[in-house]
Amino acid sequence: MEFDPNAAFEAVGPLLAAFLQVTLLVTVLGSIIAAALGLVWAIGRRELPRIPGAILAWILDVVRMTPLPLQLLFGMAVVTELDGFRRFGDIEPTTLLTYLGIVVFGIHYSTYMAESYRAGIESIRQGQWEAATALSLPRRRTWRAVIIPQALRATLPSLGNWAIAMFKDTPFLIVITVPEMVSEAERIGGASFKYTETFAVAGLIFLAASYPTAVLMRKLEKKLAY
Amino acid sequence: MPTETAPDPTGAGSSETGPRIVMENVRKQFGKNVVLDDLNFSVDRGERVTLIGPSGSGKTTILRLLMTLEELTGGYIYVDGEPLTHAKRGERRVKLRSGEVSRIRRRIGMVFQQFNLFPNMSVLENITEAPIHVLGRSKDQARADALDLLDQVGLKDRAQAHPTQLSGGQQQRVAIARALAMEPEILLLDEVTSALDPELVGDVLQVLRDVARNTDITMLIVTHEMQFAQDVSHRVLMFDQGHIIEEASPQVMFTAPQHERTQQFLQAVL
Ligand SMILES: Nc1ncnc2c1ncn2[C@@H]1O[C@H](COP(=O)(O)OP(=O)(O)O)[C@@H](O)[C@H]1O
Ligand SMILES: [Mg+2]
Repeated sequence: MEFDPNAAFEAVGPLLAAFLQVTLLVTVLGSIIAAALGLVWAIGRRELPRIPGAILAWILDVVRMTPLPLQLLFGMAVVTELDGFRRFGDIEPTTLLTYLGIVVFGIHYSTYMAESYRAGIESIRQGQWEAATALSLPRRRTWRAVIIPQALRATLPSLGNWAIAMFKDTPFLIVITVPEMVSEAERIGGASFKYTETFAVAGLIFLAASYPTAVLMRKLEKKLAY
Repeated sequence: MPTETAPDPTGAGSSETGPRIVMENVRKQFGKNVVLDDLNFSVDRGERVTLIGPSGSGKTTILRLLMTLEELTGGYIYVDGEPLTHAKRGERRVKLRSGEVSRIRRRIGMVFQQFNLFPNMSVLENITEAPIHVLGRSKDQARADALDLLDQVGLKDRAQAHPTQLSGGQQQRVAIARALAMEPEILLLDEVTSALDPELVGDVLQVLRDVARNTDITMLIVTHEMQFAQDVSHRVLMFDQGHIIEEASPQVMFTAPQHERTQQFLQAVL
């Protein structure tokens, strides 16, 4: 078997398009949703009264401990149930399912990020809370000005790792027929029988995107240290 | 003593006379461990009281109860005649709403052994944070006030530094400035020089001596610096196992203590 550089070259265009339109979009928006929700969950776990707090913890455990593909399928079933997409007006099914993917990825990973935030919040010394109380800072202000900035610094590297993990999970979008890059590679490979070449290109695109991200995260981490 | 000075429990509003702080039948337990039991004492306006006593005798707990960092198990604490966390309603002891607690807590400031500066903020931001967000000062006003305070503690040139760039003694002086920026009526000092290298203690104590001389802030001081205690305090309370076993002026306490436990304790620390 021979590696056909030409076939590889031809796959770059469509794969890059799928990468930008789906893979990157889902990862970036999904990460933003996950990072925001995760913080909300982590704060909720500390601020909610006992019973609601326990319920929240239980829900987060359930989401974290069930497989992502299953959640995607579940989400698709719910969307389909809602009257075969018609409720969503003129939105194209593929676009709608991409949105669904973003939301499911965001929620799924928010449960992991919540754990990271929690560790970051717990790493803050009790004296910080006490100093805030001694200054009569309101609870909200204590979170905003004292706790979150410090927790974020401790948490950011781990949030970055979750974002990269999410990125690598995007092929699961296949189960809800969203044409992300890997399913595109399979389609292209199937048409040209140049599977090796197209998958190699897909792999390289993944690597080219995640490696700089990891390096960037490490730089950011250093910059955040005081 | 305390029963005579206990305020009318129904009387709301800060009275201009009467003691600044009243501890009435104060009880504090950690689980089954009773740390303070039926503790009564009061502190006058502008009075500076030093608490001494062996480790574990409950000194820190008293300051932390006043700062509302610990929950009072029993009894009452009054500030300017107003209940701090719990009030008497007839025979019942009721917990106050958090809004009420924070209104009164605003009159109290504390400096900690471990400084507890906010590492994510500059020195200046540490000091202006609460005046801006609690007292509603303008940024410019808070900044100007903070620079004045930094000048008083000898750190005006470090306003833009971050706490981690400062020595322990400098951090503690910033913490003092931060507490003073809230213009407290009551300042609680819990072994503020204990975490410092010996050569840095002097500057911090000098700053506190200035505060004592130039303000009429009521102070509760826990310290092992007996010379400092003698210089700044009006009264010294000796604690043992959560009880006041001796109370005297610093001159008497440090030169002619009556109680045997006090004599032993002072011999050990002096
Ligand atoms: N958070 C806590 N949990 C349990 N026990 C505590 C706690 N804080 C203080 N104590 C106990 O209360 C007692 C008094 O402590 P403390 O007020 O710190 O004494 P001091 O400041 O005089 O050394 C000690 O026996 C200590 O073990
Ligand atoms: Mg102590």
